[in-house]
Amino acid sequence: MNLVPLRLEARPEPSRLAGWISPLLAAAATIVVGFLLFSLLGKDPLAGFHAFFVKPIESRYGVGELLLKASPLMLIAVGLAAGYRANVWNIGAEGQLTLGAIAGGGIALAFHGSESPLILPAMLVAGVIGGMAWAAIPAWLRTRFNANEILTSLMLVYVATLTLSLLVHGAWRDPEGFNFPQSKLFTEGALLPNILAETRLNAGFLIALAVVAAGWVFMQKSFPGYQMRVAGLAPAAANYAGISAPRTVWMGMLIGGACAGLAGTNEVAGPVAQLLPSISPGYGFAAIIVAFVGRLHPVGIVFASLLMSLLYLGGESAQINLALPSAITGLFQGLLLFFLLAADVFIHYRLRVARRVPAPAL
Amino acid sequence: MTTPALRLQLSGITKVYPAVVANDGVDLDVLPGEIHAVLGENGAGKSTLMKIIYGVVKPDAGIIRWEGTPVQIANPARARKLGIGMVFQHFSLFETLTVAENIALALDAEHAGADLATRIREVSARYGLPLDPARHVHSMSVGERQRVEIIRCLLQDPRLLIMDEPTSVLTPQAVEKLFETLRRLSAEGCSILYISHKLDEIRALCHRATVLRSGRVTGSCDPRQENSASLARMMIGGDLPHPVHRDAQAGAELLNVDGLTLAADDPFGTSLADIRLAVRAGEIVGIAGVSGNGQKELMAALSGERRLADADTIRLCGVPAGRLDADARRALGLAFVPEERLGRGAVPEMSLAENALLTAHRCALVARGFIRSDAVRAYAAETITAYRVKAGGPDAAAQSLSGGNLQKYIVGREIRQAPKVMIAAQPTWGVDVGAAAQIRQALIDLRDSGVAVLVVSEELDELFEICDRLAVIAQGRLSDARPTRETNAEEVGQMMAGSFIAASTTSGRQFSPAGAI
Repeated sequence: MNLVPLRLEARPEPSRLAGWISPLLAAAATIVVGFLLFSLLGKDPLAGFHAFFVKPIESRYGVGELLLKASPLMLIAVGLAAGYRANVWNIGAEGQLTLGAIAGGGIALAFHGSESPLILPAMLVAGVIGGMAWAAIPAWLRTRFNANEILTSLMLVYVATLTLSLLVHGAWRDPEGFNFPQSKLFTEGALLPNILAETRLNAGFLIALAVVAAGWVFMQKSFPGYQMRVAGLAPAAANYAGISAPRTVWMGMLIGGACAGLAGTNEVAGPVAQLLPSISPGYGFAAIIVAFVGRLHPVGIVFASLLMSLLYLGGESAQINLALPSAITGLFQGLLLFFLLAADVFIHYRLRVARRVPAPAL
Repeated sequence: MTTPALRLQLSGITKVYPAVVANDGVDLDVLPGEIHAVLGENGAGKSTLMKIIYGVVKPDAGIIRWEGTPVQIANPARARKLGIGMVFQHFSLFETLTVAENIALALDAEHAGADLATRIREVSARYGLPLDPARHVHSMSVGERQRVEIIRCLLQDPRLLIMDEPTSVLTPQAVEKLFETLRRLSAEGCSILYISHKLDEIRALCHRATVLRSGRVTGSCDPRQENSASLARMMIGGDLPHPVHRDAQAGAELLNVDGLTLAADDPFGTSLADIRLAVRAGEIVGIAGVSGNGQKELMAALSGERRLADADTIRLCGVPAGRLDADARRALGLAFVPEERLGRGAVPEMSLAENALLTAHRCALVARGFIRSDAVRAYAAETITAYRVKAGGPDAAAQSLSGGNLQKYIVGREIRQAPKVMIAAQPTWGVDVGAAAQIRQALIDLRDSGVAVLVVSEELDELFEICDRLAVIAQGRLSDARPTRETNAEEVGQMMAGSFIAASTTSGRQFSPAGAI
C-alpha cells in the first residue's frame, strides 16, 4: 500500500528532546532549501551562504548590528510568549510597537532639545504605557464581548501604522524637513547611549536582556506566571482553581503590549532617532516566529532572536552582494516557521519503519 | 500447539515502561462466550493488558493468538477488524460532536451508514441504555458518555468485548440491565473481558477470573465459588481495611445552600430548582442520584466554578459566598475534589509538584508572589507518602498516573489543606477497593476531626457506608436529607427515579432546609 515503509506513530507522551531538536531540524531544513533556492536562481550556493550567513557578522560592526536587531525581537517575543503560554493569542505586537514608538517619540518631540536625564526614562515609561494601552483594546473586546483577540489585535496593527503615518505627515512633521514625512531628529537627551564602540549597538540591548531575564523569573518562578501556564494548559483546571479567565487575558495582552511598546521606544530612541512612517521592518510579526522557534522559553527566545536577526542582516547582504530582491528575508523567515511547524509533529509522534504485519487467516 | 477452541490466548505478555513493569509474563485464555473477569488493584497492569489486546499499546514480548492464529494487533482499527471491541475507563469522545457523529467516527464505512441514528436508537433501546443520537457529547455526564462508548462497541457485533469498569456510573437497575445484555451477548457466543473492582458484580456475572498483582498473574478462580473477602485477599494479598465509623457529633452549620435555582448554561444541562441543603461540622452528607440529574451543575455552583448572582444563596462557614470565585471560597475553608481528575482536578502535562500548587498554594507554598519550589516539592512528596500514591515522585506528570492513584493524590492534596468544608464528587470512581477504602476512611477521619463533608456519588453502597445523612438529586431537585439509618436502598432508589418530587409538590413544596430534620 505504502510506497515508503514509513509511518508516524503516536508517542505515549510528548518528547521533550524532540521539542528542543525541532528548531534545529527546522533551521537545517531551511538551509537546505535555501541552498536549492540559490542554485535555482543561478547563484553559487556557497557564495550565497557566505553572503547570507557569514558576511553580515564578519566585522565588529556586523556583530553590533546582529545584537541591535535581535534586541527588539527578543524583547517582543518574550512578552508574547507569556501570553501564548496562557492561550492568549496577541498577533498585534507590531501595532503595540508602533504605539510605543508614538508615545516615546511624542515625549522626545515635546521636550525637544532638553538635556534632562529624565527624558529617556520618561520615554521608556511612555512607550510601555502606549503599548499596553493598544493591547488593552483587544483585551477589553475579548473579555467584554468575547471578540477573538487574534483578529482584533491584528486589525489594530493597521490602525496603529496609519496613526503614525498621519502624525508624521501632519502634526509632527519636521518643518525643516523639505516636506518629507518625518519628525525632527531627536536630540542627544532622547537617545539611548551607545554601548559598543564602532557600532550602533545601544543600551536597548541591555534593556532587552534584562526584560528577558525578568520574563524567565515571571514564567518559571512566579505564582501569577504559573497560573497563566495552567490557564493555557487546562482551562477547566484553571476554573477549578479559581484562576480568573479575564485576568489571564488581561495579563497576557498587557505583558505582550508592554514589551512591544518598550521595543518601539527603543527603536526610535536608538537606530531610527526620529519618527518615520515605518519604524520597524516587521519586528512585531517576526517576533511571533521567534517566540515559537524559542519554544516560548526565554532562553530559547534569545537564541531564536539571534537567528532571526541574522536572517534580516543576511537578507540585506544578499540584496547588496547577490542582487537578490528584498523578499528573500521574508522568504527565509517563512521557511523557518513552516519547517518548525512541520518538525513539531515529532514532539507527539515518532517515525517508524513499518514492518509487514503477518495477516491472520480469517 | 494451540487449542483452536480458544477465542483469545495471551502468552508471556510483557510491557515495560520507564518507571514500572506494567505486565510481566502474563498468560490469559478466553473461551468463546465466556465472561472472564480481570481483577487487580490500581496499577496492577489490567488496563495496560487490555490496551495491548485492543492494539493501543505494543507489548515488548509475548504472543497473542486470536482464534488460534498468532496476530500482531498494530492498532485499534485492526483490533476492531478482528472483532474486538473495547469500552474504555477514560472515554475517547469528541466533545463538540454529537453522539451519532462520535459513533460514526469509530465505525468502518460499512457500519456507518445513513441509518446510523436509527440503529443507535434500536440498540440503545434493546439494551436499556437510553441515548439521543443528536445530543452533543460536551453536555453529557460521565454516565451518559459511557453509554455512548458501550453502544459504539455493540453496533459492531464484536466477538470479544473488553469492558473496563463499565458499571461504575450506572444505577443498580441499569447494572442489572447491562448484565442481562452481557449475558445475552455471552450466550450468543461473544466473549467478554470484564474489568471491575466490584467483587460482588464479578461474582454475579463472571465465569472465570484472572487476578493480577504488580503486573503478574497471581491466580485464577471461579468467582462463583468465592466470596468477596477471598477475592479481595487474592487481589491485594492481604485483608481489606474496613472503615471505622463512629456516630456523628454534628456541630455548627458550615455549608448552607438556601434556595439555589440556576438555569443550565447549556441546552442539554440540568437546571437546578430551589436546592436547599445544610452540612454541619462533623457529619457526612451524601447526595445520591443517577448522573445527569444536576450533580454537575450543583458541584460547579458549590465550588465557585460557576458564580451566582446572589451571595446569600450559598454560605460557607457563615459567610455569604455565592458570588465568590473558587479561590476565594477556598480561602474560607472549602476544599473540593471534582469528578474529572485530568484536566480539571489536575493539569495533565504538569508534574505532581506543580499540581500541588494548583489549590494548595495557601499552605505557605508561595511567598510574595514567588513559588517556593522546595516547599512545593515537599508538599507533593508528603502527599504521595501519606496517601500511598504509586508515582515516580513529585516530578512525575499527572497524566502518567493511573486514575485511582491520581485520585488519591488529589484527595490527599485537598485534605492536607485542613479544610472546614470538604466536597467530593464521585471520590472513588474507577478506584480499586483498597484505595477506595482508604479514601472513604480519609473522609470519615476528616468528619471526625470536625469537618463538614459533602459527598456526591452514584454508588449507593458507598453512600450508605460513610454518610450520616443522605439526600437524593433528581431532575435538578434535591430531596430533604434523611438520616442514613432511617432509610434504605429501595427507598433511595425510588427517590432517584424522582418519587419525592411529586410527593413534595402535592404537599405544597416542602423543601425544608435539610438541617431541620
